[in-house]
Amino acid sequence: MKMKTKKKLALGLVLTMGLTMFAGCGNGGDAKTDDTAATDGAAAIKIGGTGPLTGGASIYGIAVKQGAEIAVAEVNAEGGLQFELKMEDDAHDAEKAVNAYNTLKDWGMQISLNSVTSIPASATAAENFNDRIFGLTPSGSAPDVTKDKDNVYQMCFSDPNQGTASAQYISEQKLGTKIAVIYKNDDPYSAGIYAKFMEEADALGLEVVSEGTFTTDSQNDFSVQLSDAKNAGADLLFLPIYYDAASLILTQANNMGYAPKFFGVDGMDGILALEGFDTALAEGVMLLTPFSADAEDEATKNFVAKYQEKYGEVPNQFAADAYDCIYALYQACNNAGVTADMTAEEINDLMIEQFSTMEFEGLTTGGAVATWNEAGEISKVPQGMVIQNGAYVGM
Amino acid sequence: MSLKIMNKTTRSNMITYAMVIIAFVIVQVLIGNGSISSRLQGQLVPICAYIVMAISLNLTVGVLGELSLGHAGFMSAGAFSGIVVASCLSQNTDNEPLILVISMIVGGVVAAIVGFLVGVPVLRLSGDYLAIVTLAFGEIIKGIVNNLYVGLDGSGLHVSLIKNTVEMTDGTMLINGPMGLTTIPRVASFTAGFILILVCLFVIFNLVNSKSGRAIMALRDNRIAAQSVGINVTNYKLMAFVISAAMAGMAGVLFTANFSTVVASKFDFNTSILILVFVVLGGLGNMRGSIIAATVLTVLPEVLRSFSDYRMLVYAIVLIVMMLATNNPTLKQGISMIISKLKGKNSAKGGSANV
Amino acid sequence: MIFLSHLISGISLGSIYAIIALGYTMVYGIAKMLNFAHGDVIMVGAYICFFATMSYGWHPIMGVLLSMVVCTLLGIVIDRLAYKPLRQAPALAVLITAIGMSYFLQNSAQLLWTSSPKVFPSVIGNGSVKLFDGALAIPHVTIVTIVVCLVIMSGLVFFVNKTRVGKSMRAVSEDKSAAQLMGINVNSTISMTFAIGSALAAIAGVLLCSAYPTLTPTTGAMPGIKAFTAAVFGGIGSIPGALVGGILLGIVEIFAKAYISTQLSDAIVFAVLIVVLIVKPTGLLGKKISEKV
Repeated sequence: MKMKTKKKLALGLVLTMGLTMFAGCGNGGDAKTDDTAATDGAAAIKIGGTGPLTGGASIYGIAVKQGAEIAVAEVNAEGGLQFELKMEDDAHDAEKAVNAYNTLKDWGMQISLNSVTSIPASATAAENFNDRIFGLTPSGSAPDVTKDKDNVYQMCFSDPNQGTASAQYISEQKLGTKIAVIYKNDDPYSAGIYAKFMEEADALGLEVVSEGTFTTDSQNDFSVQLSDAKNAGADLLFLPIYYDAASLILTQANNMGYAPKFFGVDGMDGILALEGFDTALAEGVMLLTPFSADAEDEATKNFVAKYQEKYGEVPNQFAADAYDCIYALYQACNNAGVTADMTAEEINDLMIEQFSTMEFEGLTTGGAVATWNEAGEISKVPQGMVIQNGAYVGM
Repeated sequence: MSLKIMNKTTRSNMITYAMVIIAFVIVQVLIGNGSISSRLQGQLVPICAYIVMAISLNLTVGVLGELSLGHAGFMSAGAFSGIVVASCLSQNTDNEPLILVISMIVGGVVAAIVGFLVGVPVLRLSGDYLAIVTLAFGEIIKGIVNNLYVGLDGSGLHVSLIKNTVEMTDGTMLINGPMGLTTIPRVASFTAGFILILVCLFVIFNLVNSKSGRAIMALRDNRIAAQSVGINVTNYKLMAFVISAAMAGMAGVLFTANFSTVVASKFDFNTSILILVFVVLGGLGNMRGSIIAATVLTVLPEVLRSFSDYRMLVYAIVLIVMMLATNNPTLKQGISMIISKLKGKNSAKGGSANV
Repeated sequence: MIFLSHLISGISLGSIYAIIALGYTMVYGIAKMLNFAHGDVIMVGAYICFFATMSYGWHPIMGVLLSMVVCTLLGIVIDRLAYKPLRQAPALAVLITAIGMSYFLQNSAQLLWTSSPKVFPSVIGNGSVKLFDGALAIPHVTIVTIVVCLVIMSGLVFFVNKTRVGKSMRAVSEDKSAAQLMGINVNSTISMTFAIGSALAAIAGVLLCSAYPTLTPTTGAMPGIKAFTAAVFGGIGSIPGALVGGILLGIVEIFAKAYISTQLSDAIVFAVLIVVLIVKPTGLLGKKISEKV
């Protein structure tokens, strides 16, 4: 027994040592090939963020990383202020997000992109606040992320705003008389929109006849929720969920011959780009989204083209929000005269000053000018889109 | 002198205590110097919590000999009840250690009660059937806590299940369904974690060396023989199970009080498995091994960050290789040969350098 | 009518669980190990079929065959590399290795095929059979799933009871050393079991993704755990047990969602499992059928 333990110990140590040695090599190699690093000579402002780069939620983290990388490359090519970007993996977990955040702090992060998904974002936002490092989250949309923190701002809509806006839109446009909702109750994004939607629907006198939920673990069979909606006679199905689950719902509804109007939120964006998805099923689906990859303006076209060239995919709203984050920071840094040799805390104070007064126009602001309120929430105008012939059309 | 008088077990236990204390002192000195990275510093409390989880699970799996796949469920029960208490307390007092101690005790007691309730019917089963029931139980806890809403205002606690019907005037939500705990008083500290490890080690070592402990191990080694000499199977099984659950509950409070937000799905099947990995890799019944394995495997994924995209792949490979290396006779021999050769070379080098 | 349609959805979901559970139960019966990587072999199978049909335009049947071949090889390779060296090791060591293998497969899949979800092509077709003037619509996919499940089940029962290899499998599961003394090659029998289990996993993967067409690297994880539960539910080691356990689990899940609460459906499924095991500690069919495979 004793010998065994000793051997195990020795082995463990050897392995860890070997790995750390490898790790050292890996680091050196990375820095050179990284095209988001600043051009030689000029010192760069270090921007760090955490997001799920592995695991079930990695699609969101990777999109943010790629969107931000494109923006940083563009900014650095301008030749003025230089940025250096580093994204660390948090596997959509608050504990790992804090570890990732601390890793970035050791690296010398001066401005933080906080975290990609809401639960990790709430955890890292608390660290942002304690450490006085300015945070701008591309997509951590829960109100808890910015609540009571003066130096954490959001680039995305906050969830409650989307719920309210959706209910108002449905009521104003008289899209449905009997409404069914299917939401993901273990996802703060979905549950948050749902809660506000119900509140607003109640106030506006919309009739909600069926409510169904699902979780990450039961995200495959929707027959029960759909037949409940069908039997309740719902003519509009509100889906405050992401497009992967929505694609399943559309397919299964079609299989059972149920064809209500579908109404989604910004998480629905991306459904047309889903590999293998029959876009005919999404025909007539409505959604409120601040970003559409099919928009005709120059900035979006440029971004989508670059993204497709580099990563072979159509960017979703996560990528667009991240792209906007970098440009908002760029604008704020230029306005405030931030330089790379400032400490994180100095930058933090300047950023708060800027973001509380700044006006910003980007890919996701719908052609209008956006501002931030004191709570750190952005004012954006959601746009109603409808899918026709496999493309978004403004409503 | 005194070391010689002690028997083998006591000596081994003393070494374990010493190892924990020395590690604590070294880390404290490093923190004092400021020469510790913020990443490692941020991981100190989680490491302590995982160590407690590992040694408590080792009590069930290693000492009692029953496979449990739902240990994180007890962690969850303890964490959520303990933090609710901590939130209530933090409105009345600022004494952080006091808040932590009281909430840990509450968390431990709640987890022990849950452990008892689960244990009574379940411990009749054995082997893989017991394993699957503990797995199921962990999932049930997760499902319930995911739908639990607890709010606190001037008039006290408000609780509702499935739908958030909590109506408060100017209160705060403590447990907000799938959003989990959002207003955690962050009272955990490395020192508290260190003390908890020592306390748990003390309890386990004394239990194992007591009459009850020997009865429990007799059950593990041969249930029928143990029964025939008059050992009460249910009582002793339940005893180990409940103690293990209580420790997991306290670890849960410690872990949770280190973060600003924790969700129910954090304590899922994967976390239970992670802790089981610590136990198996450290050696069944070997507490020191569990402590080392928990520390190494918690730090490892962070050290692997420079592999970027390949990080978790490398982690998986390391895990498989470690299991093969420690359990396959041929490989084991080969590796010990390599190690002894390396040792030979190193000492030779050291010698020449000294000259 | 609604009840009937829920029942059919339940049986359909349950059939998929049953096919996955077969893989668990066979491996458990023979090697006495819980192969936690089984769910991820399912995912690999689905990806292979996806790329064969979508990227190379193969006929779906060819895609299924190819993914069966690939998964069979994968199963054998996994067994050789990770499990075979541990035949004499404690069961827990093998369990952890299997978990490591599961992480490995998931992360490899993410690196190879990215994590953006793929929508699985409808191998079977999206239509449905309408009964009672359209009041009851049964998707084609459901019918195919149930039929395939029954065919596989009867095929396996025949294989295990009537063929030479099947008999040696039963012998090994009964008593390894006695089987060895009788001249049965235990190692190759175990490898054979992994091969069959993995081929079944490929079919399960295609069916799972045909019924619920989103494919990601973690697609197999949760159905894997549920199917493992189903295998224990029916009595682990028993082939008919896997069928009964799988289908019952599917029905309980759908009914819990429909009539109790969609939020708590998983908790209810697991609670039912606990009750059944307390009443019948070896699962539904665990004892009655003493032959194990």
